[in-house]
Amino acid sequence: MKLVTAVIKPHQLEEVKDALQTYGISGMTVSEASGYGRQRGHSEVYRGAEYTVDFVPKVRVEVLVEDVDAGSVVDIIVKAATTGRIGDGKVWVVPVEDVARVRTGERGVAAI
Amino acid sequence: MENAIDTGTTAWLLISASLVLLMTPGLALFYGGMTRSKSVLNMMMMSYGAMGVIGVIYVLWGWSMSYSGDSILGIFGNPFTHFGLKDTITDAAGEYIVSDGLPTVVDVGFQVTFAIITVALISGAIADRARFGTWMVFAGLWATFAYFPMAHMVWGGGLLSGDGPFASIASPIDFAGGTVVHINAGVAALVLALILGVRKGFGKTPMRPHNLPLVMTGAGILWFGWFGFNAGSAYAADGGAGLAWVNTTTATAAAMLGWLLVEKIRDGHATSLGAASGIVAGLVAVTPAAGDVSPVGAIPLGVIAGVLSALAVGLKYRFGYDDSLDVVGVHLVAGLWGTVALGFLATGSGLFYGGGISQLVVQILIALVAVIFSAVVTAIIALILKATMGWRIDEDAEVAGIDQAVHAESAYDYTGGTGRLTGVGAARAESSAPSLKDTDTSEEARA
Repeated sequence: MKLVTAVIKPHQLEEVKDALQTYGISGMTVSEASGYGRQRGHSEVYRGAEYTVDFVPKVRVEVLVEDVDAGSVVDIIVKAATTGRIGDGKVWVVPVEDVARVRTGERGVAAI
Repeated sequence: MENAIDTGTTAWLLISASLVLLMTPGLALFYGGMTRSKSVLNMMMMSYGAMGVIGVIYVLWGWSMSYSGDSILGIFGNPFTHFGLKDTITDAAGEYIVSDGLPTVVDVGFQVTFAIITVALISGAIADRARFGTWMVFAGLWATFAYFPMAHMVWGGGLLSGDGPFASIASPIDFAGGTVVHINAGVAALVLALILGVRKGFGKTPMRPHNLPLVMTGAGILWFGWFGFNAGSAYAADGGAGLAWVNTTTATAAAMLGWLLVEKIRDGHATSLGAASGIVAGLVAVTPAAGDVSPVGAIPLGVIAGVLSALAVGLKYRFGYDDSLDVVGVHLVAGLWGTVALGFLATGSGLFYGGGISQLVVQILIALVAVIFSAVVTAIIALILKATMGWRIDEDAEVAGIDQAVHAESAYDYTGGTGRLTGVGAARAESSAPSLKDTDTSEEARA
């Protein structure tokens, strides 16, 4: 099993969610995040005082998948999250040792 | 019928008093939105605290010190002549005392609201770091020794009024409080900012406004309330009040445009904070002038106020005083400008209206006296309080947030009520627990 984590632009979330649902992914976890990559932050001005805002608002999407689906899911997220402009985000995959479904106690792939 | 009540005037002044009272909660929103989220409650409480203190002391000695007519050296009225509004509300026959169609007790209501907001204005200079108790004591002392005397000097027949020594040059004009309210509060703000010192991280860490919609809402309420402030100061429901209303709106609109123009040219963006700030700068500048300029004259009055204040708010970084919410840049600068601008723009006596230079000279003189008087009195009060009660909260508390340290509250519940009840509420919850079980058994019994 793999955990696919994507940090994307907040307004791309709907497209990513729809694309994953269409593929057949049955669940995901979404959280608000902030950070910066190559695009760095931006500046804001309050009464003439300029502030550099380093951390830009982002959304983090986490999906648990079977090993075989990991590559496709990454492709789907990348395609749906792309705007072509700087700051589109990142997607990465890490191995997962075990998963349990809380309600039934199912373990492993059955719990995904 | 010298004592006849003019119901139109009386009705308008009662409404005006209510409008001006609403300005202080409006100011609390305006200031509260500009602070960080960890200190918004303390910022708002300083305004509400002023309502508490001044609302009480005004009827005790505030009115008497301002308007008793029993003047001491032309600086303040005798506080005992009308202490507790003695001989102010009704005469020996039990009739309401009326002056120019207005019951005096209505005038007391109108005036107390001015005293409240003037004190509240100062609080913007000392955001995030002042002990609440010290602020409350300061509010009472400052109103007593700075505000009431200024009101007496300018409006109560004292040194800076039409009966004072400057009147031989020209009669000083301060329609609704350029000197008494804005220069007075602006100078006090500067003195307090200097005596309290800067916040930890001032000029280094970001201290951006946490809620600009609150600031915009507050500015709107201030504009609305200001109609009572300025048009109410006509002391009649007539054309003069109408002129003050129109001038107030025109100058304020122009000042907002002036501020936004500076931002667009200097920073590249016209901001919402700039719009709200420009509104207040315009309202301040037109305050002394509302009854004595033409609406066309109110346009340059406002534009220049907006431009000057937009440029002045940066001075605190250059000179290193932490006037947190720019009371100096907005109220002192626009208040000075509005007072002095009357020397040019006053219809009838201003330089641009063929009145010569005498009005300008007098306006500069009353502004100077107001600056010096407020600076000296505020410094004395603030230094005494620094040596006795102390002004600053602990540095740790300041960093963690004054709301929790001083008021044991936080403005926003980000986590949806985590934690558990302790103390008084918890005791009640425990005692109610057995009764829950009782209900369960009775339900089982019924089943």
